[in-house]
Amino acid sequence: MSAPRIVYNEGYLDEQTKRVVRRALLKGVAIPGFQVPFASREVPMPRGWGTGGVQVTASIIGPSDTLKVIDQGADDTTNAVSIRHFFEKVAGAASTTLTEQASIIQTRHRIPETPLREHQIMVYQVPIPEPLRFLEPRETETRRLHALEEYGLMYVKLYEDIAKYGHIAKTYDYPVLVNGRYVMAPSPIPSFDNPKMHQNAALQLFGAGREKRIYAIPPYTDVESLGFEDFPFEPQRFDRPCEICGSSGVYLDEVFIDDKGGVMFVCSDTDYCERTATAGERRQTMEKSA
Amino acid sequence: MYVAVKGGEKAIANAHALLAKRGRGEVDAPRIDYAQMRDQMGVLVSRVMAEGSLYDPDLAAKALLQAQGDVLEAVTLLRSYRTTLPRFGLTVAVDTAGLPSERRVSATFKDIPGGQQLGATFDYTHRLLTDELGTPEVPNLEMPPSAAMPRVTDLLGVDALIEADKPAEGWNDPDPGDLTREPTTFPMSRAERLQALNRGDEGFLLSLGYSTQRGFGNNHPFVGEVRVGEVEIEFDAPEIGHAVPIGRIEMTECQMVNQFVGNTEQAPQFTRGYGLVFGRGERKAMSMSLVDRALRSEEFGERIVSPAQDEEFVIAHSDNVQATGFVEHLKLPHYVDFQAELGLIRSLRREFETRHAADARMSAGKDQNGEN
Repeated sequence: MSAPRIVYNEGYLDEQTKRVVRRALLKGVAIPGFQVPFASREVPMPRGWGTGGVQVTASIIGPSDTLKVIDQGADDTTNAVSIRHFFEKVAGAASTTLTEQASIIQTRHRIPETPLREHQIMVYQVPIPEPLRFLEPRETETRRLHALEEYGLMYVKLYEDIAKYGHIAKTYDYPVLVNGRYVMAPSPIPSFDNPKMHQNAALQLFGAGREKRIYAIPPYTDVESLGFEDFPFEPQRFDRPCEICGSSGVYLDEVFIDDKGGVMFVCSDTDYCERTATAGERRQTMEKSA
Repeated sequence: MYVAVKGGEKAIANAHALLAKRGRGEVDAPRIDYAQMRDQMGVLVSRVMAEGSLYDPDLAAKALLQAQGDVLEAVTLLRSYRTTLPRFGLTVAVDTAGLPSERRVSATFKDIPGGQQLGATFDYTHRLLTDELGTPEVPNLEMPPSAAMPRVTDLLGVDALIEADKPAEGWNDPDPGDLTREPTTFPMSRAERLQALNRGDEGFLLSLGYSTQRGFGNNHPFVGEVRVGEVEIEFDAPEIGHAVPIGRIEMTECQMVNQFVGNTEQAPQFTRGYGLVFGRGERKAMSMSLVDRALRSEEFGERIVSPAQDEEFVIAHSDNVQATGFVEHLKLPHYVDFQAELGLIRSLRREFETRHAADARMSAGKDQNGEN
């Protein structure tokens, strides 16, 4: 008798598991911002490297989909490349780096600069789904706080920041109130990206694999970043443009260019940057030839 | 011209090639065969099977080779294979009392029905490094033909000196939960907890168990019995109408007996801590039974003051696939969040310096006034 060979299912996750995830997704969409527990499966990458996002994507992706994967806003960072390869291999999905061509965008830490449209789906990789975790580590307790809509702890934390530092010292994973009911962790996107979640035309899905939670924001839902009347939420701003493409009002990465601490600021969204730069060059050439 | 971290694809391919090269070593030396790994590294293979929650010595050995000996990597490989396997039924609960043991020791009684048997153990070996591993003859001893070996805890149970292993009445053997298929929420049932401990990290459970012995949640443990042996697995086949034996697997079981002085409702009696793992995993089974008992504190109305007694703390952090993934994810890029933090630190520093300069001006003014 020959030894059995190791085989994996088509698309990696079995259909039964996909159904389990989809049920959790539907519940999440029905209760915006509510964390739905699901029996998170192992996937062939380490926990904390996007296993929640991978399960969500694996459960919704089909042959007609086009997938874009970004990490830190970039399509070519190693983990984004690795996840894109995984889906090319196991799901035979088409992939793209162009935001508007993607039907599914799996992301870690950013929302693209190009506005999303209807029928697009954002899949966020989430490390810690519980916005109250660092205020109260116990899940039995935080679940109760959410149920009672008791968010005093969070407001006290924000107030203490203001008392201590003069402003709210939270720059990423900045808590939001979804549909006027649940306080939700937007995953570690910079607070710069928070306003993009509000009334977004796309469906936003969140998968936390290690923590076994799924949640969602349906299209056109109110997403309000927490703040006070006299100290409202202030997203981070950059007072300079990208040094490659010249865009302003975009999120910038600070990049060292020499060993004397010299830096330049460039777009974190590589797709947006490349296309703005190309469009700029084309305009210049046209102006010259005219 | 600045080029971002381009070339991710090429970098990954090159890194994988280098990894494979490091794992190969000298190319003229033969590769380790998985069967050698399976047979000569049995304890390691057991650990990978236990934490990988999959009893398959061949696959565990292959995983270890593929992982170049990285245990957690091998466990991850095994688990991400296991999770894709179709589930077509359940087995009948294993009967460890009936398992003809290769090893069986009790620390509570000098002599027990069925006898004590050391079996294959590192206990009492002298830990002296040697260059040559010998293969001494094993004398072919006449074993008493399948003498009954009741569990030591069952013997204590006769006089109700120990809590019953199941409630006396109104018990209908509910199906235990399955962490790998159903969402988990705290608080857990004991069966779910035992499943989590069973696939938990050996080192983590060892340290937690150890902490209970050092006063952080002491539960006065005695090893009622440790046994290692092969147990029959029977598949429950409703179509046939009875269970069908499908093979044997090696398991290690530990029944810990713990003191309990009783409270207003319960008479004093010994209580149980339970450990059961695949293969030869005595250290893990013992640690598991210590932690199992510690986690039952609430059941016995004991004060919960130590980490080992805290269900959320223990269970949420015992899974090494989750732990290593999240710790190691810190090496993934975090430029975006770090950029946001840089901005905050800079603005806080600016405010600090402005405040300091103002303070300095004020105190300088005061000094001058003092001189005048």
